[in-house]
Order: sequence, then C-alpha cells, then structure tokens
Amino acid sequence: MRTIFRKAHVCDPSQGIDRVADVVVDEGKVLAIVDDSTPYDVGSCEVIDCSGLVLTPGLIDLHVHLREPGFEYKEDVQSGTAAAVAGGFTAVCCMPNTDPPLDEPSVIRGLLKRAEQVGVARVYPIAAITKGLQPEGLTEMAALKEAGAVAVTDDAYPLQSAEVLRRGMEYAGQLGLPVLTHCEDKSLTKDACMNEGLTSTIMGLRGMPAVAEETQVARNCLLSLYTGCRLHILHVSTAGAVRIIRWAKERGAPVTAETCPHYFALTDEACMGYNTNAKMNPPLRTQADCDAIVEGLLDGTIDAIATDHAPHAAHEKAQEFALAPFGIVGLETAFALSFTELVSTGRMSLSALIEKMSCQPAKILGLPGGTLAPGAPADIALFDLKRSWTVRSSEFRSKSRNTPFEGWELTGKPVLTMVAGRIVYREG
Amino acid sequence: MPTEVKVMDAHEMRRALTRIAHEILERNKGAEDLVLVGILRRGAPLAHRLSRLIENIEGTSVPVGELDITLYRDDYRTHTVSDTGATRIPVDITDKKVVLVDEVIYTGRTVRAAISALMDLGRPACVQLAVLIDRGHRELPIRPDYVGKNLPTSRQEFVDVRLEEIHGEDSVCIRKPDEER
Amino acid sequence: MLTDLIALRETEPGDIRLLLDTAQSFREILERPVKKVPTLRGRQVVTLFYEASTRTRVSFENAAKIMSADTTSVAAATSSVQKGESLLDTVRNLRAMQIDCLVMRHPQSGAAHLVAQALDIPVVNAGDGMHEHPTQALLDMLTIRQHKGRLEGLTVAIVGDIAHSRVARSNLWGLTKMGAKVRFVAPATLLPRDVHGLPVEVYTDLRAGVEGADVVMALRLQQERMERGLLPSLREYAQRWGVNAKVLELTKPDCIVMHPGPMNRGVEIADDVADSGRSVILEQVTNGVAIRMAVLYHLLGGEASA
Repeated sequence: MRTIFRKAHVCDPSQGIDRVADVVVDEGKVLAIVDDSTPYDVGSCEVIDCSGLVLTPGLIDLHVHLREPGFEYKEDVQSGTAAAVAGGFTAVCCMPNTDPPLDEPSVIRGLLKRAEQVGVARVYPIAAITKGLQPEGLTEMAALKEAGAVAVTDDAYPLQSAEVLRRGMEYAGQLGLPVLTHCEDKSLTKDACMNEGLTSTIMGLRGMPAVAEETQVARNCLLSLYTGCRLHILHVSTAGAVRIIRWAKERGAPVTAETCPHYFALTDEACMGYNTNAKMNPPLRTQADCDAIVEGLLDGTIDAIATDHAPHAAHEKAQEFALAPFGIVGLETAFALSFTELVSTGRMSLSALIEKMSCQPAKILGLPGGTLAPGAPADIALFDLKRSWTVRSSEFRSKSRNTPFEGWELTGKPVLTMVAGRIVYREG
Repeated sequence: MPTEVKVMDAHEMRRALTRIAHEILERNKGAEDLVLVGILRRGAPLAHRLSRLIENIEGTSVPVGELDITLYRDDYRTHTVSDTGATRIPVDITDKKVVLVDEVIYTGRTVRAAISALMDLGRPACVQLAVLIDRGHRELPIRPDYVGKNLPTSRQEFVDVRLEEIHGEDSVCIRKPDEER
Repeated sequence: MLTDLIALRETEPGDIRLLLDTAQSFREILERPVKKVPTLRGRQVVTLFYEASTRTRVSFENAAKIMSADTTSVAAATSSVQKGESLLDTVRNLRAMQIDCLVMRHPQSGAAHLVAQALDIPVVNAGDGMHEHPTQALLDMLTIRQHKGRLEGLTVAIVGDIAHSRVARSNLWGLTKMGAKVRFVAPATLLPRDVHGLPVEVYTDLRAGVEGADVVMALRLQQERMERGLLPSLREYAQRWGVNAKVLELTKPDCIVMHPGPMNRGVEIADDVADSGRSVILEQVTNGVAIRMAVLYHLLGGEASA
C-alpha cells in the first residue's frame, strides 16, 4: 500500500529539510521526498492533500507511564498509545513503575506482546535498574535487553546510594544500555509535595527544594564522567540542574537530558488553590527556572522534550494536596504546548522543536525513527500549525484527565499520525 | 424623583416627646422602677431624650438601656443585618417597669423581637411601648402605649425619622415612591 | 458577601472588619446569665475534627449553641475515616444529612479549601495543616483592638515556630490587611523558605525582633520539631527565643502578650509573662467564642442588609 502526502510543508531536521514537498510512503517505509510525486502515483494509492499542513517525523516520547500491567484503571497500552498518536507521537518509551514492575524479561515480553496486539504506537520498554525498584539489587539487564528493554531507570524511585548507581551504570554501560535517572535527594524532600519557595510557604505545604534535584544531577553527572556510562537525566526542572548539565557536557560527560512542557509553561503558582493537577515530581518551579529551561533547550544543554505522561484516576487527584499522587497526563498536549510556548513566541524554530521531540529522542536511546530519510520507517506526524484549539480533558483518549492545562488555548494540532505506513490517527 | 413631605419638624418632635414623658409619668405614677430601653439604632437617642425630659419634670433620673434586636429578628435568613449593635442595659430589668422606645411602629415585628430580646435579659414587672410615629399596617397583635403622632401611610411609602444625634437634624419625612409613568 | 471562611489571605479587608465589629457587639451576650439568642434556631452545625483540639472545638460549639444552632461533633477517630473513606466522601455524606454548616480541622493544608469547593453550604476552616487558622487570627485581632483601640499602625511580633504555624500565617494576612506591621521572629530552622517574599519583617534575634513592639505573640513549640532535628534542645530554644519579662522590657511599655494555646510554660513563654498583667491569653479565649458567633452569624444568614 502506497500513500502520498501531497504539498506538505516537510520539516525533517535529520536531513535539513524544511520546505513544501510531497512525501511518498510505500511498504511501511519512506520511499521518497520529492517536489512532484506524479511519477509515483501508480493508482490505487492513497493521496492525502497536505496543503497548509506540516509533516514531520513522528514524535518520540522518552518518558511515558503506560501503567500496564497493574494500574489499568489509570491507563493501559491501548488507551496510552491511542493518546500518544492523537498527540503526534509514533513511539513511546514506557517506565517500569508498574505492578509487577518492568524488572523481569517476562514482564517486558508480555508488555511488548500487548503493544503488538494493540498495534497503535511503537512501545519501547525501559526496565528497572534495580529489582522491584528497590534501593539496591541490580536487575538482570542483559536478559532484559534481550527481551526488548531499551534502557534502565530509577524513575519514581531515585537511587539514594551512589554506590548502587555507580555499579548499575557500570553494568548497564557494558551492555550499551543508557541509564535514565530521576534526580532527587530524598532526605531533602521528606513529606514534600511541591516546590519549596514563596508559594509553598503561603500554602503551608512542605516543599522540595531545587537543591534536592541539583545535588543528584551533579552526583549522577560525575558518576557518568567517572564510569563513562551513558546517562540521561529525566525531567530537568531547575535552573541549577541546567547549569550543572551544561558543565558536565563541556567536560565531555556522555550525558543527555530531557525536560517536559510543564517545566517551561507553568510555575509553582499553578498549585495555588491546592490544584492537585499541578502536582508532579519534580515539582513546578519558578519563572527563573522556566527561563533557564528554555535557555537550556536553545543551547542544546537539554536535548529533548518528553511528557512524563503520568495518568491518575479522578478520585486519586480529588484529595488533600499532600495526599494526591504526583503526575499529570501530557501526551495529548505536549506538542501544542511546546509549539505555543516556544515556536509561536519566536523563541525556537519549528525544526528545533521537531529535533527535540523526534530526532534527539531517537538518537538518545538508539531507536528507529526520528527521520524521514528514504528507507526509514514511515512514522509520520501531520500538524495544522495555524489551528487554535482549547484543551478539553473530556475529549482525551487517555483514560485519565489530570491536566493543569484544562481550558488553555493552544496553537498547533496533530491532524494525522502514521506508524509504519499505517494511518493510526486521523482527526475528525 | 421620589417626593418627600416633611410631617414633623424639630419643635413638633420636642413637643411630642415632652407629652410622652408626661404620659409615662402619669401612667406609672412617677419615675420609680422605670427603665427606658431604646431599640437600636434610632430608638436609643429617643430613650435618652425621654430620660432627660423625665428628669426635668420629676427630678429623678431614669436609667436608659440600648437594645440590639438583630439576633431576634424573624427575617435573619432572608435579610441579614450586617451592622449589628451591642445591647447595653445598666440595670437588672427584673421587676422593673420597662418602657421600650422606638422611632416608628409599623408591622410590629421589631417590637416582637425586642420583647423576646428583653425577656432573655430578665423578667420585667411590665413592658410598655413608646413610639414617635405610628404609621399603621400592624401584622401582629401589638399596640403602643405612647404615640407621638399617628401617621396614616401606604405600604409603599417610607417614613424617615432623622435625629440630631445620628443625622444632625430632627425631622420626620414621608417619602413617596416614584410616580407611575 | 462571605460564603465560606477558609483563609484570611483570601478574605476582603471589609469582611474582616465586619467580623470583628460583629463579634465586638456580641461580646455582651457572653456576660449574660442566660447565654442564648434564637438566631440560628433549627440550623445544624457540624464540627469535623481530624486533629485533637479541645479549645477550638468547644469554642465553635459554644458559639453555635449560644446562637441556638444544633451542633454535632465528629471526631476522626470515631468516624468512617478509620475505614479508609476519602475526605470528600465523608463530607458529602454529612451534607446529605442536610446539615447547614461545616466547621472542620484537618492536618493537611488545603483540606478546607477542597471541602468548600465540593459543598454548597458554608465551610469554616478551624485550622488546616500549616496553612491557615482564620478564626484564631480574628480573635487575636479582636483582642488587640480591644486593648489598643485600633490595629492600624501597630507592630505585632510573632515569635516561634513560624514555618509550621497556621496561626502565624492567618495573623500575617489579617493584621497586614488591617494596616498593622508584622514581624516574624524565629530561629532560622523554623522560618519558612522565601519568608522575605511575604509582607513581614524577619528576625532571628528575639531582642531585636520585639524591640518597640505593641504586641508580642508567642507560638507553641511542638516537641516534634526537636525530633525532626530542627532544634538542638528545648533549653537553648527557651533561652534564646522564650518570651520572658526581661525581653519584654524592650517592647513598648504597654505591650500586651498573647499565645494561641496550649502553652508550654518555660519554653516559648515564661511564667512571669503568662501570668502577668500584660498577658491577655484568657481574653483571647473569650473573644474566640464571640468571633465564632460572628462567623456563624454572617455565614448562615441571607442577603446582607444594613
């Protein structure tokens, strides 16, 4: 089956393409990007008129909580990947804090099988670095890699012991598995539920100081330099963390970093009124942090934008602020938020954004995709960047509605998503 | 424009109050055991004036109290008074002859509330009622003992008693609502 | 118009003044032999307390009873909280019993806010975590006003565990809205982060902090602060930050001393202060009843008329 995207504004930073062209897809792969696709139109192929639309390599999300197995009332592979493709994502990397956690090959294989059955977006499991995400006890990473894990992580259960992390990095390093770390010194965040600062002081809530994130970012970067292991810093939220990562990169540490749209779109003031949909970990910080995050994205210190899509049921969020779980959904708002906050405001080019949301994520974990080079998988997103729309969580494909962006007017809407040559999402 | 008609000036008010002072003394055979209790706000200055008038006539001073009836009103749920006052009665009213004083009697509901409020403070020997203006339209079986002036009104009209102590002048006006066009 | 009383930070200055004036006018009722007015006859007021408290709960219940409301007291230990029911489910069930007003205390900041959003009846915050305790601040302000005749222009030094104190927060917002100057005096480990961003003068030195003050308010020091390692010892705290007669020599001569209770005598407040003529601590308690009567009066009433 052949598909021709006609007269699309093609934006593929991996090849330096940023112009109107036709994209021809055949047998699940990109066949060609040409000015005139007439010769390729052999009949019986679907021709999609893309006038006025932007076509990019499908977005890749490095950080998603699909919640399956164990927490299917929040999300599952079906609903999570449906949300992903509705947001322009063709692949998601899913985190291991499930029940059971992704710490054994059988669980990884089971998950991949489910993803294949559902067949919406590509799913890349990230395994736990320790058994049961406990403070120590490395997982069988070689077997996990064989089963399909693309990286290991301590997400949501940050390793407090530098020794455990050091050995984990050494072990993962020999296997070529990147280590993804959630940076948080738990001794500084006991019982805390939001950023520590004026807002937490006014609200009377225990705060997580920025330094709790920064000390671990520094420690982990130093361990990366020391062990030579590929380190990826998850969800960077503070100005200090950006500076430390910049320093580590300058010294040649094999470190990459991601942030999430909420860390540049919102400050901790969004928590006012005890809005549990603005509660996540790391927490929303200050305007100075938001500005530093954008600066880090622009100068390449921060390589990627991920969502940290963390669905929770309504009743879990309808609690006292400190008792509500951390996390917000993000798959269906991430692109539009990033486009609105970064590109529409003139701070970032469209191709730089696609770089952060597609090309770099693919490179960081060595995944297929992130490019429309001939022969690459036909993972494609099509956006209407002129369209303004209002975030209505009731319309989400995700099972959960925990977004702080309800009612926001955003620009840029995914209109069609293709995975391996198959249209998996089409608006309307 | 609503129209306003003055029905009592300062002289007439003084004469009315003087007459009421005489009537109170006559009815109670002197000033003994009398307590004057003004209903807040406009009844309170009138009670003080009556006390002075009685003192002028009789040479005895009569204790004066002020009664806030806000907490006893029957329309609390629909119209909550924000400007509450404090009840101040300098003597125990038990076995005293209490004369309640208010500026206008209309439906009788304020007086009903005042009697309830009074009863929570003690058991007076009797309670009498003095008003400057009786404008009719009673909704309860209540009748004043001393009236400065009977003033037939319609329910649409508003009787505005202005007092030197509060408003800087003594007068009573009837305000008529807007003429229908 | 007031619909709930959750936080003085969110209360209009006009409403604060109204509550103080109303409470002042109600004080007389507390002096009567028969302390009963019929205003709230037939109204159901529920006090829902998830934290131990004698003073505040009794104060609210007495206020409601003086106003002729019926009161029901729900303590977390005896309620379905023990069965794992959520806060919102608990209060929705109470509401379904056709109650008219909910007074609640909860260890979590924001709990009253959460409940007020979910219920269509007035909710009164009787203390939520480290957030606010608005009726305490109102009764403090009423007490200060009775002694000083005003709030505007006064200097009020609040001494002690500011970081964890809802009383300090409510007083800060209430007093500054009424034109008073507020100082926070505490050891650095008991000051909240970015405290300088609040409209307050901050001192770690007690002597400097109380100098020239019109009011000194000592806060209760919880034993837990020692356990969390925020202070080396009670002894050092009492020596450095305990309010005693000697330190009060630095204040204005007519300075009054307050404490929200319960007091740790010899820790945050010395006996020679607590029992002195400067102490207005028991007047605070009496004013608490009047303030809570005023709060119930305005929250349970109808459309305001002058």
